[in-house]
Amino acid sequence: MEKYIIKGYYPTIGIECHVQLKTKTKLFSGINNDARDAAPNTLISPLCVGLPGTLPILNEQAVALAIRAGLALRAEIAEESVFDRKHYFYPDLPKGYQITQFAQPIVGKGIVEAHLDDGTLFAVNITRAHLEEDAGKSTHPAGEDYSLVDLNRAGTPLLEIVSEPEIHSGEEARAYAHELNLLMKYAEVSEADLFQGNMRFDVNVSVSKDPEKLGTRSETKNLNSFKSVEKAVEFEILRQIDLLEKGQPIVQETRGWDDAKQKTFSQRSKEDAHDYRYFPEPDVPPIVVTKEAIEATAQTMPLLPAALRERFGTFGLSSPQISIILEDRELAAIIRFITEEHDEKTARTIANWCLGEIMRQVADNKLTWQAVMSAVPQLVTLASMVDDNRLSSTAAKELLEEIVTDKKDPLKLAEDKNLIQISDDGALVMIVEQVLNDNVKAADDVRSGELKAIGYLVGQVMKASAGRANPAVVQALIKKQLEK
Amino acid sequence: MNWDSIEKIAHDVSSGKVTAESLVERSLGAIEETKEYNAILAVSKIRALERAREIDQKVKNGENIGKLAGVPFIAKDNFLTFDTTTTASSHMLENFHAPYQATAIERLEAAGAIMVAKSNLDSFAHGSSTENSAFGPTLNPLDKSKVPGGSSGGSAAAVALKIAPFALGTDTGGSIRLPASFCGVVGYKPTYGLVSRYGVVAMASSTDVIGPITTSVEDAAVVLDVMSGKDRFDGTTIDRDLDIYDGKPFSLKGKKIGLLKEYLSSGIDEGVKKVVLDTVEKIKAQGAEIVEVSIPSISLSLACYYVLVPAEVSSNLSRYDGQRYGLSDTTAKNLDESFEKSRAAGFEAENKRRIMIGTYVLSSGYYDAYYKKAQIVRTKLINEFNTVFEKVDYLIGPTAPMTAFEIGKNVDDQLQMYLADIMTVSANLVGIPSISIPAGNANSMPVGLQLMAPQKSDRNLLALAAAIEKEIE
Repeated sequence: MEKYIIKGYYPTIGIECHVQLKTKTKLFSGINNDARDAAPNTLISPLCVGLPGTLPILNEQAVALAIRAGLALRAEIAEESVFDRKHYFYPDLPKGYQITQFAQPIVGKGIVEAHLDDGTLFAVNITRAHLEEDAGKSTHPAGEDYSLVDLNRAGTPLLEIVSEPEIHSGEEARAYAHELNLLMKYAEVSEADLFQGNMRFDVNVSVSKDPEKLGTRSETKNLNSFKSVEKAVEFEILRQIDLLEKGQPIVQETRGWDDAKQKTFSQRSKEDAHDYRYFPEPDVPPIVVTKEAIEATAQTMPLLPAALRERFGTFGLSSPQISIILEDRELAAIIRFITEEHDEKTARTIANWCLGEIMRQVADNKLTWQAVMSAVPQLVTLASMVDDNRLSSTAAKELLEEIVTDKKDPLKLAEDKNLIQISDDGALVMIVEQVLNDNVKAADDVRSGELKAIGYLVGQVMKASAGRANPAVVQALIKKQLEK
Repeated sequence: MNWDSIEKIAHDVSSGKVTAESLVERSLGAIEETKEYNAILAVSKIRALERAREIDQKVKNGENIGKLAGVPFIAKDNFLTFDTTTTASSHMLENFHAPYQATAIERLEAAGAIMVAKSNLDSFAHGSSTENSAFGPTLNPLDKSKVPGGSSGGSAAAVALKIAPFALGTDTGGSIRLPASFCGVVGYKPTYGLVSRYGVVAMASSTDVIGPITTSVEDAAVVLDVMSGKDRFDGTTIDRDLDIYDGKPFSLKGKKIGLLKEYLSSGIDEGVKKVVLDTVEKIKAQGAEIVEVSIPSISLSLACYYVLVPAEVSSNLSRYDGQRYGLSDTTAKNLDESFEKSRAAGFEAENKRRIMIGTYVLSSGYYDAYYKKAQIVRTKLINEFNTVFEKVDYLIGPTAPMTAFEIGKNVDDQLQMYLADIMTVSANLVGIPSISIPAGNANSMPVGLQLMAPQKSDRNLLALAAAIEKEIE
């Protein structure tokens, strides 16, 4: 606890995260849910507009995804959960109420284990997660006396994941948000693309001198990057401490985040808080989830980041390396595949290529992870050639792009390019002798115990062999020759 | 001139004996002749005639039309339909043209029925007399100085005025049965969920049902048969195992019928009581076993109803905010003013009253005392009905404690107005089917006899009602 305390104050943070579920259609109508490229108000049905007589029909796929999310959160799934209506007036809320789950959410208590950058694990308990529909999008053109409403997003299925107030720093908040993002991606619940707004975070921050008592909290809404989660939390902690130090009270309020100024700002205080008048939604029957359905879903769950971390760790990959791998599900799938199918050394060699040369090529759009996955057999051969000293690791890297792109036989390719290492003593002795004759001083240095010079001699041999000599063999030969 | 039975009309149209066009013309003529009653708000003349001619052409081509071939009907103006406006008798939706049709309308049309006109109602179906319409009250066809009941007063009056063989109504707390009782026609409220609510302006989602108003039980059964069953646009709809109507004879002998004690105690008009008890005697004479039963929580049902229903009403009317469709105030200077002025102008006094009550009972701090408590009462009521239905198969009683009252009599006394529903709301809260059939007269006005049965026993209830109808005649 000591490490969290700032100027004598103990910060406490709880996070609410809205995850957009990747269903084909909206939560309560059969309208396309992918609004990314759609012109405003083109993905709408009579229900999305809130026309009279329309009724919500629950999208079963959203329920299935909520169950997956619940399993990823290691949470209880409610056998019966109920939708409620949450009322307020706003032009982008067509029915005058949002259909959400208030009293009986589909996902109950769970837990998320997140990682700090230094690899430290910490756990955050999940209070609940509930299904709800998104509102439309309002825009207020600057300087104009009108606002615009786009209802394409109205009715998009969201899962709101609520954490316990068990986070105590900006870094932890970011790590938690990041882990949630990975979980939703791996559980195939959401596209989890922050840039597209697929996950939005609200952070509740309070500080208190007494760690047993929570202070008055502020809620900073709609954060859409891990960085802004961290920065908003840090800003709020310092802002609140500053106020308290000046003897001013903290106002319970909703705040926004100004990314340009890296500051939070007041949006509305508790006094203007709505009375949402929740009551059970009579148009949507309760969701009933059987134990069998939960078990069947559990069978289809992929390995989640925690399990992958553990597996990759046993293959000698470092924590930062693993974090990089987990960022990309396709890459993680490749690494998982080779760790399952091949020995540790091969796996580590290929993993290192993936994290180095191949990742650069993928970033440059020269390669795709899909192509890498299908070239795994060739990569395995290549790794064994390096292992057998038939190929230098430098030469191997040169071949990666061609092997992945054209699926060429690595051995044949290396031969064609004249890259096969010369490990044959007879062929190398000639070169070594020549180099020793040409570098008498260096040879003498080595003889007199100046071992540094041996590297120079090896380099000269490599040069003379056009890089094809096996450096280890060369070194041994030089030593042998000089001992004569 | 009375209409033939719906079955006969459909048969005559299908066999080419009469044309659908002539039937529509007859309906249109009757609308013209009965304008003074203000039962009809809008007429779908062009579309109805077009559809009639299409049907007639198909008959000539030897095509099969369906169970309701060429049968004209009237829809309450809270059903979304093509061609006419759908106003819910409100200024809010005065110019609203629906871009889609209600499932019930679609199913009836698919069976060959032809919607001719839209009927008057209490604005947004809030009322028991049709006096709350934004477009003036409907007059009772049997006595123009009296109300037709409500909220489906226009539909009941239209059937009583012989404008069409049947009309559609909605029943949230008695809105089909009460006007049927006041106008001397048959009104059927099915089991909750048996008919899709899709495309009907919602009043209270957990009690709204759709049903027919007809001149005979058989006609009601035929119409219900076509409309009912699961709908993919309404998640609360239920399937039905059998056809609702099979026309087979049904004997009253040995049937166990509970006479509801609470419905015959204080507050009931003596004339109404006599008609009901006389009918009970006739049923007994046919061998039915009449048992006096009690459902104590019935005394709480109206109070329970007037908490839960306004709560849902306040929610369901939230969408009428003047922003996307419907009445929108153009003088508002900001968003809040736009909401306020649009809603102030679009809703009638009774709509506003129910929004206020509903908002109040759902407010934080009051929810537990009102809404939650009312839900507990509702559950208790359901349990008590279930217990009674272990002893008897049906329940019998009056539809309303009174006959049609004078127009304007209860306008300033809302409690008195609400009391008209005291015998009908329970079936809605419990979700069971209930029917009102004309049983005689009191105060020179018709008296409705109400029959109820357990959930999903619509088929049996209609058969029983048809048998009793025969005895009354």
